[in-house]
Amino acid sequence: MKKTKQLFAGLILMALGLGTAQAEYTLNLMRGVTKVSNDVYDLHMLILWICVFIGIGVFGTMFYSIYHHRKSRGHKAEQFHENTTVEIIWTIIPTLILIGMAIPATKAMIELDDVQESEMSIKVTGHQWKWEYEYLDNGIHFFSSLDEASNKVRQVGSGIDPRSVPHYLLNVDKPLVIPTKKKIRFVFTSADVIHSWWVPDLGWKKDTNPGFINESWTSVDEPGTYRGQCTELCGKDHGFMPIVVIAMNEPDYNAWVEQQKAAIAAEAGSASKQWTNEELIAKGKSVYDTNCSSCHMADGAGLSGTFPAITASKVVTGDINAQVKLMLDGKGMMPAFGKILSPVDFAAVVTYTRNGLGNSVGDSIQPSAIQTLQSATPAAGKSE
Amino acid sequence: MSAVVAEHDDHHDHHEHGPAKGLLRWVITTNHKDIGTLYLLFALTMFFVGGAMAMVIRAELFEPGMQFVNPQFFNSMTTMHALVMVFGAVMPAFVGLANWMIPMMIGAPDMALPRMNNMSFWLLVAGVLLLASTLFMEGGAPASGWTLYPPLVLQTGKALPFAIFSVHLLGISSIMGAINIIATIFNMRAPGMTLMKMPMFVWTWLITAFLLIAIMPVFAGAVTMLLTDKFFNTSFFDAAGGGDPVLYQHIFWFFGHPEVYVMILPTFGVASTIIPVFARKPLFGYSSMVYATASIAFLSFIVWAHHMFTVGMPIAGELYFMYATMLIAIPTGVKVFNWTATMWKGSMTFETPMLFSIAFVVLFTMGGFTGLMMSVAPVDFQYHDTYFIVAHFHYTLVPASVFILMAAGYFWLPKWTGHMYDERIGRLHFWLSVVSVNILFFPQHFLGLAGMPRRIPDYAVQFADWNMISSIGGFIFGASQLLFLYIVIDTIKGGTGEKVTDEVWEDAAKHSLEWTLPSPPPYHSFTTPPTVIPTEHI
Repeated sequence: MKKTKQLFAGLILMALGLGTAQAEYTLNLMRGVTKVSNDVYDLHMLILWICVFIGIGVFGTMFYSIYHHRKSRGHKAEQFHENTTVEIIWTIIPTLILIGMAIPATKAMIELDDVQESEMSIKVTGHQWKWEYEYLDNGIHFFSSLDEASNKVRQVGSGIDPRSVPHYLLNVDKPLVIPTKKKIRFVFTSADVIHSWWVPDLGWKKDTNPGFINESWTSVDEPGTYRGQCTELCGKDHGFMPIVVIAMNEPDYNAWVEQQKAAIAAEAGSASKQWTNEELIAKGKSVYDTNCSSCHMADGAGLSGTFPAITASKVVTGDINAQVKLMLDGKGMMPAFGKILSPVDFAAVVTYTRNGLGNSVGDSIQPSAIQTLQSATPAAGKSE
Repeated sequence: MSAVVAEHDDHHDHHEHGPAKGLLRWVITTNHKDIGTLYLLFALTMFFVGGAMAMVIRAELFEPGMQFVNPQFFNSMTTMHALVMVFGAVMPAFVGLANWMIPMMIGAPDMALPRMNNMSFWLLVAGVLLLASTLFMEGGAPASGWTLYPPLVLQTGKALPFAIFSVHLLGISSIMGAINIIATIFNMRAPGMTLMKMPMFVWTWLITAFLLIAIMPVFAGAVTMLLTDKFFNTSFFDAAGGGDPVLYQHIFWFFGHPEVYVMILPTFGVASTIIPVFARKPLFGYSSMVYATASIAFLSFIVWAHHMFTVGMPIAGELYFMYATMLIAIPTGVKVFNWTATMWKGSMTFETPMLFSIAFVVLFTMGGFTGLMMSVAPVDFQYHDTYFIVAHFHYTLVPASVFILMAAGYFWLPKWTGHMYDERIGRLHFWLSVVSVNILFFPQHFLGLAGMPRRIPDYAVQFADWNMISSIGGFIFGASQLLFLYIVIDTIKGGTGEKVTDEVWEDAAKHSLEWTLPSPPPYHSFTTPPTVIPTEHI
């Protein structure tokens, strides 16, 4: 309650004074960490002050009039109703102000638009409801989804206090890592509906349109972690596909790249190894929670009328190869998971759905078998 | 029935020429006042339906975490709230005002096309009911936002074709209403009522009607393309078949931007009608007001892509739409300056209609300022699709259009009913509304600037405080509107019991013709044209 009172006081101060509070993070745009974002911030403040200035003039005049020119104070109405000079003045002055605004705005727009001479490129693909990142220069490629802790809390009626989760809804399982002081070109597209990729600290957002490519660029000066969210309504979990960008110094970034390459090699090795049922089911549960539970629900019950149940599903309790085929190719709103999951994750989640979530078919499938089926299905090739 | 078809008859005090008896009167009526009443009551009902949806939204956003509804239903609520408020509440309310006031203001007995008038109202009801029925369909109501962007909207369940057909019906209804208004204004003005002597409300509606005829077919076309994409294998908006999802956005906003002016131009008209009466002064700059309205209407057709700055347009497109959008500030500024100059050196009193009108000028200007800010494309890259936008358009719709509709209600209820409303409760309603609407929407500027996207059912904890304050404002605002409902019912039933004069407000008859008629006015407004045309407003 006390806090609320303080905030009310802040609101009133803000409405009256503006000046004192405007630098606060919670009240104003952030300066951000790139040259562009700073230019955008300056432009924002310029226009804000122009508006405040005009507002004081117009509202000041109006309130003066409301106070003095009232019948209860005995003011008699004058009957003037036209003045061409005044009308011309208050048409010309705003025009000049607008021209004054348009010049820096044009400069900033041209700067934002210039993706030339970039030093590296990252392809960002929007999915319902996660991001796919592909480093076009070194082949690193991964998906980035809402972190598990936030995901648990955000279920309807979870009863867990969101304040207990650090960076609630602004954290991911695998952040995007970029080097500082390099001009990075982003190319955007989507696998399903339109999303929009926004990290406020970078100073812009860009829509990802299915079937088309958009471009933008950034160059971050300071190492740090910068968080953002999807900003184009993209379905039920639109609010739950955050973005985390970690900017690292060149050496740290290079170390990260090496580590990723090693992990890719290890992944390839684990795909050829023989997994036990227990290993697959244990891994499958976390794969399911990240990739499947937003539609089919955490308990596999689905959502009547929209998303089919996993529990006692004819597909899941039927022929295992038919299930794999359906998941590889996708169907309707269900994406083609052959493009999204690694063979290990794929095999794990298939095994889990057949032996968990109330099902007990008893069989399992190996990652190597998935690889074989994948190469037999032309539709499930790599997304390029 | 004979009563209705005989309405061209001049002997209007003959008993056969009154309304039909019983409930059927409201079904078959072709009288502009009855239809106006139907429109206004329907709009008021939908205002509460859409408001209830807003309460669901604000309740879910009261605290971080998901408490009450699932995300899909939340999206349905934001979508339906917008559609119901735009097509069910604000637009019909202004059509209702047009029906009631335009014939009385131009000295006509009725609208030019009374039977079409009846049909356009009942099509509206059918359209809105069809839309509302989607709430109960498998897969839920549309949840893709009121803009219905593909490909997302194509994931709607059974509701999609019903929502599209509902849009068609609403479009036909709007176009018929617009044709009727244009026909009435062009053909039924009293002798001496030249175009440049018409009250501003009539002028703004004339321009709005042309906007409606131009844009509703565009929207109908866009949703029909959605329909064929979904069910008939076309690919207007699907890249795999050579289409482009962004094409939809261009078509939609070619409709959508003029559409938002459809809701604001009549608002300007009512404000320009009310302020001079309570300032006891003629409207300042009548002709520049007319030209400014026409300019805004023209500009509304050439700025649409400022809703799409982040969609990925060529730089030339970004710059063009930025410059064109900035231009809107000029005629809009002229209007605000003119209202201020109208008050200047007047002899003002502050009855409820004037209070709402002054709040409109101030708070609409706030919405105008944020509009100017987001016209700047590079900065809009930050504002776009955040709560800053939500704050902006709610400022231009709620304390602007909705406040002016309230003002119009208080201003004309005594004329319509012959009874005076309770001024004390009216002022209480005003003060509660104006304070709570700012508690509701002002913090949303902060939320947007701090990085909260719009259309999300749950948010990061740093947004918690302002969301809670905003929700509290929302609940107070919602509850306060029940006072308006009470006042409307109370006034219809007799109000304060005070007998109102023909003029109702001091010297109002100098401003407009409706105040020369008795309160309440006769069933057929002017059976013989008035001979004296008021010119005080010019």
